[in-house]
Amino acid sequence: MSANQDDANLLEVRGLTKTFGTLTACDHIDLTVAKGEIHALLGENGAGKSTLVKMLFGTLEPNSGEIFWNGQAVTITNPGLAKKLGIGMVFQHFSLFEALTAAENIALSLDDGSPISTIAAKARALSYSYGLPLDPQSLVGDLSVGERQRIEIIRCLLQTPQLIILDEPTSVLTPQEADKLFETLERLRSEGKSILYISHRLEEVKRICDRATVLRHGKVVGHCNPRKETAASLARMMVGNDVQAVVRAPAQGIETAPPLLEIRALSRKPATPFSIPLKNINLTVRAGEVIGIAGVAGNGQGEFFESVSGEVPQQDAASVRIRSKDAGGLSITGRRLMGAAFVPEERLGHGAAPRMKLSENLLLSRHATDGKVFVGAGGMVKSDAIYAAAQRIIKAMDVRKSAADPEAAALSGGNLQKFIVGRELDRRPGVMVVNQPTWGVDAGAAAHIRQTLIELARSGSAVLVISQDLDELFEISDAIAVMHNGELSKPLPIAEATFEKIGLLMGGAEPGHAEHALETS
Amino acid sequence: MMRLELVKRPQRSMLFSALSPFIAFALTIIAGAILFALLGVNPLKAFQIYFLEPVSQVWQLHELAIKAAPLILIGVGLSVCYRANIWNIGAEGQFIMGGIVGSSIPVLFPQFEGPLVLPLMLLFGMVGGAAYAAIPALLKARFNTNEILTSLMLVYVAQLFLDWLVRGPWRDPKGFNFPQTIQFNDSAILPELMPASGRANWGFVFALVAAVLVWILMSRMLKGFEVRVLGASPRAGRFAGFGIKRMVFFAFMLSGALAGLAGISEVSGAIGQLQPVISPGYGFAAIIVAFLGRLNPLGIVAAGLVLALTYLGGEAVQSALGISDKVARVFQGMLLFFVLGCDTLIHYRIRLIGLAAPTLEAAPKLEEAR
Repeated sequence: MSANQDDANLLEVRGLTKTFGTLTACDHIDLTVAKGEIHALLGENGAGKSTLVKMLFGTLEPNSGEIFWNGQAVTITNPGLAKKLGIGMVFQHFSLFEALTAAENIALSLDDGSPISTIAAKARALSYSYGLPLDPQSLVGDLSVGERQRIEIIRCLLQTPQLIILDEPTSVLTPQEADKLFETLERLRSEGKSILYISHRLEEVKRICDRATVLRHGKVVGHCNPRKETAASLARMMVGNDVQAVVRAPAQGIETAPPLLEIRALSRKPATPFSIPLKNINLTVRAGEVIGIAGVAGNGQGEFFESVSGEVPQQDAASVRIRSKDAGGLSITGRRLMGAAFVPEERLGHGAAPRMKLSENLLLSRHATDGKVFVGAGGMVKSDAIYAAAQRIIKAMDVRKSAADPEAAALSGGNLQKFIVGRELDRRPGVMVVNQPTWGVDAGAAAHIRQTLIELARSGSAVLVISQDLDELFEISDAIAVMHNGELSKPLPIAEATFEKIGLLMGGAEPGHAEHALETS
Repeated sequence: MMRLELVKRPQRSMLFSALSPFIAFALTIIAGAILFALLGVNPLKAFQIYFLEPVSQVWQLHELAIKAAPLILIGVGLSVCYRANIWNIGAEGQFIMGGIVGSSIPVLFPQFEGPLVLPLMLLFGMVGGAAYAAIPALLKARFNTNEILTSLMLVYVAQLFLDWLVRGPWRDPKGFNFPQTIQFNDSAILPELMPASGRANWGFVFALVAAVLVWILMSRMLKGFEVRVLGASPRAGRFAGFGIKRMVFFAFMLSGALAGLAGISEVSGAIGQLQPVISPGYGFAAIIVAFLGRLNPLGIVAAGLVLALTYLGGEAVQSALGISDKVARVFQGMLLFFVLGCDTLIHYRIRLIGLAAPTLEAAPKLEEAR
């Protein structure tokens, strides 16, 4: 076992491989991270980035390959060991207890027995010195997503790691919050710490990273200096070919088009202590247009979707109107029968039942609207008809799958999403409400889904898209409204909208007054 | 110090999923052999008496059908509940209530005779079972109570209510103070299928018909789809517009009705009157039947016959070897234990984890990890 001689390399990975059943998530990955560098790990969803870092952090065991830490071969069997070595990790999905304070959450992960007051003081000092102000006594449930991320980062820094792994840290931040984070990262680098930065956002990688390793389908496809690449060349490395650009023909005559979806003074009390109340939401979506709703995750988008879809009906029947008829008191089935279609954020377990076949999942949202076609006398399901319709959708949306009619869980995220979106498009709905249409979907499939949403609108439907991906919203929307803390801003026409304006609204500038906020900031 | 951990397997083996009940049965036999050996009986001889002798003659097959009928009827209903992820543990109580309500006709109106009596009794039995099952359903839908506890506790209420009836208001006045009702009149007795060869009655036919109907419901109908979706992914079910509360009532009342039908069939067929105890635990054994049959109505028919055999075998070893017939309960318990154990191990594997402080190791054998 030859120790690595190069002292400048903090971490070196050779031939790391992980298989899940027949899928090789990581295939002989080589990676080096030098001391004092920000190293990007680039790749589409499903490229193997998360699997790789989970092996580095000890939550997954590699099948083969070697990891060298400061030149020493190591086996990282659990996160405790990784922490001991000096590897810290900030997860994409936070692991915080909402009912505890920030300091208590930090204390839980330190388990060194020091009193909470000491930890709180340390955390406060550290947070201010890194420009990430944090009140250790605040309840996590009351904090914004950006603030929760700060807790995770501070918690990680308190363990004085040499290498910090950040998994898609900006996916939950406003553009302004992201800028702050970048400052902190640069500061850490200047202190000689190394950062492994996982992202699929090319602009920010170009901005802050010194080197990049690009993964595709579990393999390393290249090492490069992101500053010398263009966003397009990086994207080509990630995807393997050029991604079809989304074409958006300008919408015409929208002002006079009939409103198909109207939301009038929609309010909702929080269902649980940690859900967001909706406050007096007003929005009109007309035939032919795509309205985007931006916002940092957890600002009421989920509650809003439930209310609009009718999974949770309203008291006030006029608060949601579909095709100029009151629908607020109707169930999701009733609203579907009025011509609306819905695609929720979670694919597995919400939009689709994981252990059921695609044809059965077709029935899930269409058993009532297409009752005559799919359900025969006495409530017998016409399995031939649903099978044929499922195959039609699979063909139209180019869903790639391993069997004729596989279980939903057997499909990749992107292909399942194509099926779920296609299931609704197949009805030619008059109103389409989509939450996170391309979350976790590879670039090719995402472009396809976005294009079909635009085409649906241009053919005369009203399309409402809730998304945390600003690039996506700018690509497909005719106007963008911002949801913050359960309130919705007035939609900004796309011609007037900029990242900066939307970012301010996402950060909580007064709804409908983006201009004003810009001036005073 | 060692710690056991269950780790989910990435893939479940289809083969072992199908074999699971057979493996469980084999393990039960092995454990049973040890049990008999410890009791000082030759296991081979004991098994011959337990499993083969009770089915060696035609009249004994009739007895098997009598025992299997209620198990299948109840198990089929429970399978719908369990598929919907609703845990009705109170089939025993619904069975008893079905028996009581169905018997109210011949007990309270002994003069009422004719071809209408029996259909009415069966209908009453189903209504009684369904209504009794509606209580935990209502409590769950309205107050979000745990249906496992409420349905289980209602079993004891039903048992004591029956006890009170046959000792009190419904006691046969000419019955020498025995705690039992009058003997039902002839038109209230469920006819035997083939009186020439044995006692088996129409209850077994009801069980088979119910199994086929529920199989069609679950695999071919929209309602069955609703049950499966709500059971497997409740949130997807809500997205589909299926109401979970309606499903709680549907599943409870369907299984209650089938348990009630089993109850009145047992009373009017095998017993012929009400007495303090009308069930040797069919409602609980049917839980084993439902799982042993993979929650599949057709599998439940086979599982019901197996469980029925454990009852008959228990009686057989008691009379032939002088072993307590409680051994039947032991067999049933082991069977459920092994079925659940096999199912768990098909989905999960066991990992032993040392609790000693983790140490830094050199990286030698990464290949073996899988």
